[in-house]
Amino acid sequence: MTISIGNPIEGSMADPSRRAGMDDPVTAEAYMLPSGEPVQLVDPDGRHVHNDKYPLPDGEALLQAYRELVVGRRVNDQANALVRQGRLAVYPSSHGQEACQVASALCIGESDWLFPTYRDTVAVIAKGVDPVQTLTLLQGDWHGGYDPYEHKVSIQATPLATQLLHAVGVAHAAKLKGEDTVVVALCGDGATSEGDFHEALNFAAVFHLPVVFFVQNNQYAISVPLNKQTVAPSLAHKAIGYGMPGERVDGNDTAALLAVLGKAVDRARDGGGPALVEAHTYRMQSHTNADDATRYRTDDEVAEWAPKDPLVRLRAYLKELNVLTEELEEEIAGRAETVAAQMRDGLNAETEVDPEDLFRFVFTEKTSQLREQAAMLREELSRESA
Amino acid sequence: MSTTMTFAKALNTALADEMEADGSVVVFGEDVGPLGGVFRITDGLTKRFGEERCFDTPLAESGIMGMAIGMAMNGLRPVVEMQFDAFAYPAFEQVVSHVAKMPNRTRGKVKLPMVIRIPYAGGIGGVEHHCDSSESYYAHTPGLTVVAPATVEDAYTMLREAIRFPDPVVFLEPKKLYFSKEQLDLEALQSRWGTPALDRTDGPEPTAAPAEGGFGRAVVARAGTDATLITYGPSVPTVMKAAAAAAEEGRSLEVIDIRSIVPFDDETVMASVRKTGRAVVVAEAPGFASVASEIVARVQERCFHSLAAPVLRVTGFDIPYPAPKLEHFYLPSVDRILDAVDELQWEDA
Repeated sequence: MTISIGNPIEGSMADPSRRAGMDDPVTAEAYMLPSGEPVQLVDPDGRHVHNDKYPLPDGEALLQAYRELVVGRRVNDQANALVRQGRLAVYPSSHGQEACQVASALCIGESDWLFPTYRDTVAVIAKGVDPVQTLTLLQGDWHGGYDPYEHKVSIQATPLATQLLHAVGVAHAAKLKGEDTVVVALCGDGATSEGDFHEALNFAAVFHLPVVFFVQNNQYAISVPLNKQTVAPSLAHKAIGYGMPGERVDGNDTAALLAVLGKAVDRARDGGGPALVEAHTYRMQSHTNADDATRYRTDDEVAEWAPKDPLVRLRAYLKELNVLTEELEEEIAGRAETVAAQMRDGLNAETEVDPEDLFRFVFTEKTSQLREQAAMLREELSRESA
Repeated sequence: MSTTMTFAKALNTALADEMEADGSVVVFGEDVGPLGGVFRITDGLTKRFGEERCFDTPLAESGIMGMAIGMAMNGLRPVVEMQFDAFAYPAFEQVVSHVAKMPNRTRGKVKLPMVIRIPYAGGIGGVEHHCDSSESYYAHTPGLTVVAPATVEDAYTMLREAIRFPDPVVFLEPKKLYFSKEQLDLEALQSRWGTPALDRTDGPEPTAAPAEGGFGRAVVARAGTDATLITYGPSVPTVMKAAAAAAEEGRSLEVIDIRSIVPFDDETVMASVRKTGRAVVVAEAPGFASVASEIVARVQERCFHSLAAPVLRVTGFDIPYPAPKLEHFYLPSVDRILDAVDELQWEDA
C-alpha cells in the first residue's frame, strides 16, 4: 500500500471544486470569518453607514452610550490629572478607546460578568462600580478596591490574557448550574500572543460556553506594533481556528460596537457558544504616564486618528438625529463633572491603612506563622509609637 | 470492617465520597474522564457522576488551572489533576499570580476553594519530567496551602479535608506510594472522617502527639527518645524503615510526618526536637533552598538550646532528577539516613 502525501490542499475544503458541490454556497466555516472591513455604522463625520447584517441601535441606546462616553473621557482626564498631582501611582489611559470601554459594559446585563484588564477602568465604572473603589489599586491602598460580586466585574487583571481563562471558568460554572449568564472578557492586541489567549478561546469553544472575547486592538503593546505580534489577516480571523465566529468592528464607532457585541452576546445567551470580536482603535496617549510614546510612533500617525474620535462622531450623529439637545448636553457634562469631583474627593482624602491587613486575607484563617509575623509587626509599631 | 486498600483507591474513594456529599465538586484534567486518569485516581467517576462532574479537558494545564479559578469564583469546588509534577509548570503563572493571590487581592471577597492534585516525586523509574519534587515552588508562594499525605488513611482523609477547605490546596500525591497498601476500616473512617485518628504510633505512648487532629497538623508517626527524624510524603516509609533498623541497634528514633508543609506545624516538630535534642530532616527534593532547609532553619531558631548536635539534612542532590538506572543513588535511603543519625555527636561515639 502506498500513501500519497501530495498537495495537502487537494480534496480539502479549500478546494473550490469541492466547495462548489455543496448545497449551501456559504461553506460551513465561512460564517466564522469576519467581515471584509471592520463593521462601521456611523462614520467619522457622524453619518449613518448602512449594513445589512447589523442594524443601527436605536437613538435611546446611543444616547445612553454617549452619556457614558462623556463620563469615560472625563474619568480618563481626571485620572491623568491625579497622577500628575501624585494621588495615583500610574494610570493606563483608555483615551480614544472610550467607545470600546462603554460598549463592553452596556452590551451585557446585571447578571452578566465583565473581565477587565488594567486599561479598562472606564468599562468597570460603566458597569456600575464606584470610581474611587475602582482606582484603589492605582492609589496604592490595596490590590483591588471593589467587591467583584457586587456588579459582577472581576478584578482588573495586570498579567496579560490570564483573566480570559477565569472568564471561561465563570461561564462554565454558570452553564453547569443552569444560570443565564454571559461573560464578556477583555484583552488587548498584545495579549493575543499569550498562550492563555489561545487556551481560553479553545476551552470556551470545546465546552461551548457563553463567552464573548473582546479584543481592543489599539495597535500597540506598549511600544510594539501589531505587525510584530502577528501576521494573521486580522485578529478576528483567529476565531475560525477555534471553531467560533470572529468579527471586526470600527472601535471608535460606538453604534457599530453596540451592534456587533450585542449580536455576539445574544448568540451566546441563546446557546450559540463563544465569539471573538476585534475592535480597531487607537491608544491616543502613552501606555501609562511612565511611558513616552514619541520614542516609537510619529505625531503624524497620532494626528491621523484624532478626527476618528468616538465622542465627536457620536455627538455629530445624535445632533443630526435631534436627540441630543443643548439641555441634555449640559446635563451630561454636569454628570461627568460630578464623577470627576467624586474622584478628586475620594482620591485626595488620606485613607487609613491598617498594617494588620497585610496578614488578614492571605488565608481564611491565619497560619501560626502569619500570626507570629503579625505580632512581630505589631510589636515593632508599638515600640515606634512609644 | 477492616479491608486492604491501596493509596490510589483511597484517593479515588475520597473523590467519590466528596462528589456524592457535595454537588458543587467537579473533577477535571487530562485523561481523568473515561480512562480514569493515568494512575486511575479518577476511575469510575465519569460513569458514576456524569460527564458534567468529571471530564477531560483540552491538553493545556494553564487552561485547566485558569478555568478552575473561574469556576471556584462562581460557586463550584473544582478538583483538578496535573498529570505529572513537571507537567504542572505551564500552569505556574495561574497558580502563583491568581490562585495564590486572588483572595488577598480582593480582601477576602473572592475565595478559591479548589484542589490542585499533583502526582509528584520519584522512585518509580520514570523518565525525565515525570519525577520532580516541586513542593518548594508552591510552599514558597504565600497563599497556597501545601500538603502531602504519606499513608493510605491520610490519602483518604486529607483529600476530603482539602476539598472542603475554604482556600486553594496544592495536594501532592507521592507516586511511588500509589500502590502501597494498608488495612483500613473505611466505614468507620467515612463515618468519622472529619476527626481522623492522627496518631499512628505502634510503639510507646508518644509525648508530642497533637492534642487535636486535622488539616495542617503534623503527626508522630513513631515515638522515640534519642533523635527526631522529620519528613513528609514519599520519604515517610523510608524513614520509618530507618527508625525500625535503628531500634534494632538500640537507638530510639522519633519520626514526625509533617503531612502539611503549609501551614507548618511548628508545635509538634519543636516539641519532639526539644525532647530528643537531635534532628535529621529527610526529603527527596534537592536540598538547596528547599522545604528541608526551611525546617532546619525553624528548628535551630526555636530549639537551639535543646540541641546536642547540628540539625542535618538527607535530601536529593542538587541535580536534575536522575534517569531510572541512577535514581537509587539519588533518593534518600535507609543507610544514608542512618549515616546522618550517626553523625549527631553522640556522647558514646
